[in-house]
Amino acid sequence: MKYLVPIAVLLGLIALFAVGLTRDPREVPSPLVGKPAPAFALPGLGGTPARVTPADWRGRTVLVNYFASWCAGCRVEHPLLMQLAHEQGVEIIGLAYKDADADTQAWLDRHGNPYRSVIADNAGSAGLDWGVYGVPETFVVGPDGSILFKQIGPMTPEAWETKIRPLLGVRREG
Amino acid sequence: MRRNYLAALLLLLSSVVLADVDGLDAQQEARYQALIAELRCLVCQNQTIAESNAPLAVDLRNQVKTQIVAGRSQAEIVGYLTERYGDFVLYRPPFKASTALLWLGPFLLLLGGLVWALRYVRGTRRPAAATEKPVDPEAVQRLLAETQAALAAQDAPARNPKE
Repeated sequence: MKYLVPIAVLLGLIALFAVGLTRDPREVPSPLVGKPAPAFALPGLGGTPARVTPADWRGRTVLVNYFASWCAGCRVEHPLLMQLAHEQGVEIIGLAYKDADADTQAWLDRHGNPYRSVIADNAGSAGLDWGVYGVPETFVVGPDGSILFKQIGPMTPEAWETKIRPLLGVRREG
Repeated sequence: MRRNYLAALLLLLSSVVLADVDGLDAQQEARYQALIAELRCLVCQNQTIAESNAPLAVDLRNQVKTQIVAGRSQAEIVGYLTERYGDFVLYRPPFKASTALLWLGPFLLLLGGLVWALRYVRGTRRPAAATEKPVDPEAVQRLLAETQAALAAQDAPARNPKE
């Protein structure tokens, strides 16, 4: 077969491109997965409580969700977060990333609040330490304080079912 | 001479521009500029943080600046960023197992191309050489003798009846 090699090379390239095209270049794998969640000490929304740190939810598996009132993707995932928090009892910690407290509060009042506590990361300093490069991003933090998973972009029902729910050990309702 | 004046003038101008960046002396400024041109912005992924105006790029530039002022080395600053964002922030990723193909791939392709080209060139020459077989003198002699014998046999009966 004269053309065996060129055809094999072509098929190989097609296979490589086929795999490559299914991957999202915007999803940069986080080097923090498997490592302890970076510490921070930030005030809660509106100044109460005065200081929240990741040690406050040590011992429980929580979702840490970076969001902002100016973020469109956050509106997309918001109904799902509401459902997870209120119907499945998932503990979600919200970090208002680079947002003004008043704007965050207005957003929560308008759309509902899925968060057990909301932390004001006005300057995005915690976001920087957590390697956040665009909201929304959601981290799963284990009871030992280590990051188990990072969801980049809006939370989807698929991501919840296949990646996150197994980590939390939440049983399907019903 | 005039060129020297021009150079001096440009140098003066550049120092004015450099002084514009707050809190950095000329050497720190040079390090700062070199470093931010090597770091990828994660929001506008095909831009360095020097080029990008994304808020994250601004944050990262400030972070680099603060750390340079604090006297941290380039390796420390790069380490700070890769701890958070991975090797993706580096426009020049380090050579390791997962990036070996990235670094060596072009050379492998080049080598493969050379091997292929060499084989192709040799392959086209070989068939031409193969057709030019050396003449076997014995075979020629045999052929000649056979032809002569055949001609002689043809001539003999034709002549005989007349004689």
